[in-house]
Amino acid sequence: MPHPMPPLSIRAYTATSALGRGLDAHADALLASRGGLEPNDFSSAPLDCWIGRVAGLEEEPLPPELAEWECRNNRLAWLALRQDGFIDAVRDARERYGASRVAVLLGTSTSSIGATEEGYRRLDHGRMPADLHRRVLHTPHSLAGFVATAFDLEGPCLTVATACSSSAKVFGNAERMIRLGLIDAAVVGGTDTLCDSVLFGFNSLELVSGEPCRPFDANRGGISIGEAAGFALLERVTEDTTGPLLIGYGEASDAHHMSTPHPEGLGAEIALRDALARAGIDAGDVDYINLHGTASQKNDEVEAALVARSFPATTRASSTKGFTGHTLGAAGILEAAITLLAMRDGRIPGNLGATTPDPLCGPQMAWTAEQREVRIALSNSFGFGGNNACLAFAQVGEPA
Amino acid sequence: MSAALRVWIKGIGLWAPGAANWDAFCAIVGGREAPGTDIRPVADVLPPNERRRAPESVLLAAAAAGEAVRMSGRDAATLPCVFASAHGDQTITDYMCATLAGTPTELSPTKFHNSVHNAPVGYWTIATHCHASSSAISGGETSFGAGLLEAATLAVADDHDVLLASYDIAGAGPLGEMTATTGPFAVALVLSPHADVGAVRLDITPSPGNSGNSPTGNAWLDGVAASNPSAQAIPLAHALALARSTALRVAAARELDIHVDVEVAS
Repeated sequence: MPHPMPPLSIRAYTATSALGRGLDAHADALLASRGGLEPNDFSSAPLDCWIGRVAGLEEEPLPPELAEWECRNNRLAWLALRQDGFIDAVRDARERYGASRVAVLLGTSTSSIGATEEGYRRLDHGRMPADLHRRVLHTPHSLAGFVATAFDLEGPCLTVATACSSSAKVFGNAERMIRLGLIDAAVVGGTDTLCDSVLFGFNSLELVSGEPCRPFDANRGGISIGEAAGFALLERVTEDTTGPLLIGYGEASDAHHMSTPHPEGLGAEIALRDALARAGIDAGDVDYINLHGTASQKNDEVEAALVARSFPATTRASSTKGFTGHTLGAAGILEAAITLLAMRDGRIPGNLGATTPDPLCGPQMAWTAEQREVRIALSNSFGFGGNNACLAFAQVGEPA
Repeated sequence: MSAALRVWIKGIGLWAPGAANWDAFCAIVGGREAPGTDIRPVADVLPPNERRRAPESVLLAAAAAGEAVRMSGRDAATLPCVFASAHGDQTITDYMCATLAGTPTELSPTKFHNSVHNAPVGYWTIATHCHASSSAISGGETSFGAGLLEAATLAVADDHDVLLASYDIAGAGPLGEMTATTGPFAVALVLSPHADVGAVRLDITPSPGNSGNSPTGNAWLDGVAASNPSAQAIPLAHALALARSTALRVAAARELDIHVDVEVAS
């Protein structure tokens, strides 16, 4: 078991998804139980499913000085960075610590592959068309490279690409680097955008639902894919810290199968135990868990059982993928932001989409929104390859 | 300035065109052998049926990682692992993009789940029954340096031995022209935060700026180094093969090198 860690201050955070731009758009939609899923109008060929698409991205080009990085994924990242005063918070950190003391640690599963796909759709004599002859785009590192360039940051710069746990794991990368004194601050988070690779890819695995996804419903029919970007700025805690804290994280591997979870949720449970140990808390201290809850048969079965056997009924739990869809590599940071909003507003989001609860679910499930103080909260993120992460957050002063 | 990350190298694995393992690489670097013909990476950690159908990226990463872990004598089941690659499996990405452009509904589900960047580390953890943390990262053209920094950070922060594997396969199709990766290469290290008098010690310190690549002077080595992002490990591998204490800089990000003091036990 890992040792307890010194908490980190979350100086700023933001998210943009099908629910809208920035934190208040998310809080409003969660309060109104208003989901963002719509019939698929994105894929290059028809595909009967529902998606969580960010409205208006097509009218949000990158500024001319960043034009080399132009693609849907970096556009969404740039749109998200401009919400909630996040850009100013990063520039302030760069000013205080210096460019080489601020890291950029971002998660993504497909990064700019939408641009590579587009190039293949209109090849020029078998080669990438001239307007897409931009090497920085055709690599998983495109997103992190773009964000580091946009802020002119010169610290460690890393892409974590562990599928759907990617942008949760980056909190761990940041904590280690800050604790060892390699850096003073880190921009963490991630971005994933809709693209043919994931729409037709998950379709080929027969994991995509023909209706809006219904996490933890007994009759759930699979996932709805969404897109999102989110970011958080992490620094050491000082006497002046007022905002929320990262108090723990856990990471573990299923060692079971590439595309289905361990049947007893072994990796997910190890990640949970590690997060609690680093946070120095017990399961009973947790007020809310934002679940991975993809609405795939297997994930929800395994996760429902894990929650039911690990937590008291006073711990509330819900998946918010019925609101946003499964935003894949961005799910970790999007749901971290939703978890921090639950803490900020004292409001547990309801588990939108489920009408007939899966009998495997315990009394912890918040099927509808609840008013309740949230002092300590977790967020689960599990990915292909059996890659599991769990994050633990707290209000200042917690755990007491 | 932060104190250096201090780690000891417990195991090394390597596959380069013409050098099928670490011993072969050392023999070439030492002038005892000429580079051989290419041999398919031997990923004997994988079960035989997985090995037959594994994508090239998985074979390459698992071959180097398996060799490093074997040399270390550590149990792979308990080793946290960091797998670094600039571009992942470019052959699969090329297949995916070509198929999506023509017949998207015919996309192979197996190719899709093998296309994720963490497929090699996923197969590795399954084959070795490893429940420890596992990560798949990219640092673009500086993926090896970024991976070395991350793996050393993880080893020191959690006070635990860590497996690092850095690999890239050759580019394919229109994507290959963009990545300019012309040959495969993989290197793996088992790094320990615990002192070992017989082992090579690395003191790793982030250092602002990029100093650029310095050639080794060996034409074969410099050719390999220029062919593949993960082969930015060549200057370090060269020093380790010659068992020579030295200091070198490895690019870890835009405008960031890591300064590496290599201390060979006397």
